[in-house]
Amino acid sequence: MSLLRFITCGSVDDGKSSLIGRLLYDSHTILADQLAAVRSDSARWGTTGAELDLALLVDGLQAEREQGITIDVAYRYFSTARRTFIVADTPGHAQYTRNMVTGASTADAAVILVDATRGMQVQTRRHAFIVSLIGIKHVVVAVNKMDLVDYRQDIFDRIRTECEQCLHRLGITDVRVVPISALKGDNVVTPSTAMPWYSGAPVLEILDTLDVSHDGALQDLRFPVQFVNRPHAGFRGYAGTIEAGHVRVGDAIMALPSRRMSHVKAIVTAHGEGQDAHAGDAVTITLDDEIDVSRGDVVVHCDRAPSMADRFDAHVIWMADAPLLVGKQYELKIGTRTVVATVEAIHARIDVNDLSTHPAEELALNEMAMCRLVLAEVVAFDTYDTCRAMGAFILIDRLHCGTVGAGMIRRPVTRVAAESSPDIVWHPTRVTRQQRANQKSQQPCVLWFTGLSASGKSTVANALEQALFLRGHHSYLLDADNVRHGLNRDLDFTDAGRVENIRRIGEVAKLFVDAGIIAITAFISPFRSDRRMVRDLVGDGAFVEIYMSTPLEVCETRDPKGLYVKARRGSVPHFTGVTSPYEAPEAPELTLDTSDTPLQECVDQIVHFLESTGRLKH
Amino acid sequence: MNELEAESIHIIREVVAECAKPVMLFSIGKDSSVMLHLAKKAFAPAPLPFPLLHVDTGWKFQAMIAHRDRVVREMDLNLLVHHNAEGRASGVSPFTHGSRAYTDIMKTEALRQALSTHGFDAAFGGARRDEETSRAKERVCSFRDGHRWDPKNQRPELWRLYNTRVRPGESLRVFPLSNWTELDVWRYIHREQIPVVPLYFAAPRPVVDRDGLLIMVDDDRLPLTEHEQPRTEMVRFRTLGCYPLTGAIRSTATTVPEIIDEVLVTTTSERYGRAIDHDQAGSMERKKREGYF
Repeated sequence: MSLLRFITCGSVDDGKSSLIGRLLYDSHTILADQLAAVRSDSARWGTTGAELDLALLVDGLQAEREQGITIDVAYRYFSTARRTFIVADTPGHAQYTRNMVTGASTADAAVILVDATRGMQVQTRRHAFIVSLIGIKHVVVAVNKMDLVDYRQDIFDRIRTECEQCLHRLGITDVRVVPISALKGDNVVTPSTAMPWYSGAPVLEILDTLDVSHDGALQDLRFPVQFVNRPHAGFRGYAGTIEAGHVRVGDAIMALPSRRMSHVKAIVTAHGEGQDAHAGDAVTITLDDEIDVSRGDVVVHCDRAPSMADRFDAHVIWMADAPLLVGKQYELKIGTRTVVATVEAIHARIDVNDLSTHPAEELALNEMAMCRLVLAEVVAFDTYDTCRAMGAFILIDRLHCGTVGAGMIRRPVTRVAAESSPDIVWHPTRVTRQQRANQKSQQPCVLWFTGLSASGKSTVANALEQALFLRGHHSYLLDADNVRHGLNRDLDFTDAGRVENIRRIGEVAKLFVDAGIIAITAFISPFRSDRRMVRDLVGDGAFVEIYMSTPLEVCETRDPKGLYVKARRGSVPHFTGVTSPYEAPEAPELTLDTSDTPLQECVDQIVHFLESTGRLKH
Repeated sequence: MNELEAESIHIIREVVAECAKPVMLFSIGKDSSVMLHLAKKAFAPAPLPFPLLHVDTGWKFQAMIAHRDRVVREMDLNLLVHHNAEGRASGVSPFTHGSRAYTDIMKTEALRQALSTHGFDAAFGGARRDEETSRAKERVCSFRDGHRWDPKNQRPELWRLYNTRVRPGESLRVFPLSNWTELDVWRYIHREQIPVVPLYFAAPRPVVDRDGLLIMVDDDRLPLTEHEQPRTEMVRFRTLGCYPLTGAIRSTATTVPEIIDEVLVTTTSERYGRAIDHDQAGSMERKKREGYF
């Protein structure tokens, strides 16, 4: 049996609570003593005259009964032969918008009530907008009180057209409009005999057959770590709920934001140890090696990472009496991570009634806006549309600890992500790469030196740059000194850190090439896959791989910084050639061995290669 | 069922990860038993990272206490038992003070005492939203200022992003079974073979009919009027509380599958037999505002 969570929303007096009461009553979920209580309550609070006031079943709080309105979300449960349902009955009044958002946040579908005697109201449009904002993909519009308009088709048709247009404009495509009378029971559970002109299904049948299985579309693994379970030194498990995708024993994974990599050793589910686990499962995962993973980290597959940034644009709904203030610090909880955050700017406040946008300096209770948020730390996230669990957040007041806002990430704000975002368009540059190259009498390229530590990379690269300079060419050397201390100082020496180090160097080299400059890089870069990545990045023709094939014994004898000695003693982890492998290039453009080739000859060979391939002119 | 199970485990882990000193209320009933089972799953292979707390009014069924002690022994759990010593010394009982005052003093007040004494900032409870209309409105992580619940001023609770932040003097009541129904609970007990108090199964028991409730004569403290003559009937309990305030139902269901069949066709609600729910209008809401679970 599948589970469907839906909300009901509508304006005051549209009959939401009555509809739910009818669903429960007609599906035989209401029990005799509850019914007896409703009968006696109807006499006391009821608003339906002699008829049973089924709304009293759901309006549980005394204040709601006294005022005859729904204030807070009420959850009700019923089932059919096919499905179990969790209904969140949410208030319609603007004053309780935050409570409607609360109910909507966990819903798969929405039932929006419209009063047939009044048609679509401003409130109805607001509900439709919130439903679309929260990302609910299925909407049933129940046009209620058809009995009061003599079950007339023309009235229904007019409302239907209006509703469909409104919802389609908001991007909701699965819309069903049903004429009902919650009071009389028409088209709620059983088809109505009073409206033979309606050929569609009653509300319950639509809900019973709604296909929501494809709504959580993200297939990539997202596993936010909730709890590090470490009962004794021999066991270290990461507990949490898989929010998207699936994971198998043996999978190569990466923990974010550290980018540390490992493999899945075992998966403990609620049903014992298993080989795999899927979205929705609450599991405990153990890893091959004890990399440092803590609560708030997100475990993903290495090649399927989400965005990583410390700022993003998001829709924020404000839920507190005190206004949202730009620049004020709040705590932001996303997944299992809580960080300090500020709203840097309110791009535009959205009037939920007519969707018009307005400039704003602050947000009041129940208002919403597109905002730029800045976090104190980098977090891993997806956009809300990609994955609800990875793109939704709440804002918590740091003083009184209340939940003051809710947000949905719409786009990351980073350079890397900006490239793949359809919202950010490259400005075409006026001066072309070729024009710059012609001006400098050179074909720009990346001269990528690779080889063991002390194999001569930096020495040759420096000498080469001097030679090029004397000939009037324009080059620039990227090496450990000018990259590790600045651009890449946040990276460590783990495998993941090294991959990112190389990727960034590749990106920077590419920019130099675009600027018409010959970029020279001198990094060990031990892995074929990394060098392949850079070759793909800058384009095959612009990538010149220079392999320094000086043997390990020679490098170790040179050892100018004493690193080999330290590595042999075990005090330098991950040292290439000693405790970490070096993968020699399979087809380098040039191979140089400085153990038997003098420095000047190495430089000459490279210059000759560049001239013969047309990269240097004169 | 798997979805409900995963949701409950998620809630329990989240609160344990974020709260300084959580505790699990163990009322010995079926919901508590399911909640305890889920907590064990959430942290396996580690032991439970929090103690259990039982607020003992002194009027629980004998079979409940026996079950409690057996479970604690067999699972090697850390159980705290709290009585309202003052109330007990003053001889407060359901008969002397009426069900309302008795519940206030021996349950609600006792619970507040226990939570304050130990400084717990979060307490898990087995309440479900389908039990009663005011419970249907309560959050999963329900905020208490002092110990009071303000139904009109609840924290918004979105997605599964629970806000567990509290200041000193404030605390949370957490309901991992919020979205379970009575039927879900029994089906899960059946699937997972969770042991429950034998009183849930029908057996011949001595009962008297009192104000429309079948009250079991669990010990000789139950004052009987001259017209009341205990008779043996085949009964079981749908919920368990204090024996003088908890009505039995006539039933022949002696196994979990038979109970499931019975719940499927029942025409009365689960808490029908709980006298304290009906002692005044809006009764549960009032009790909850004052700190009752």
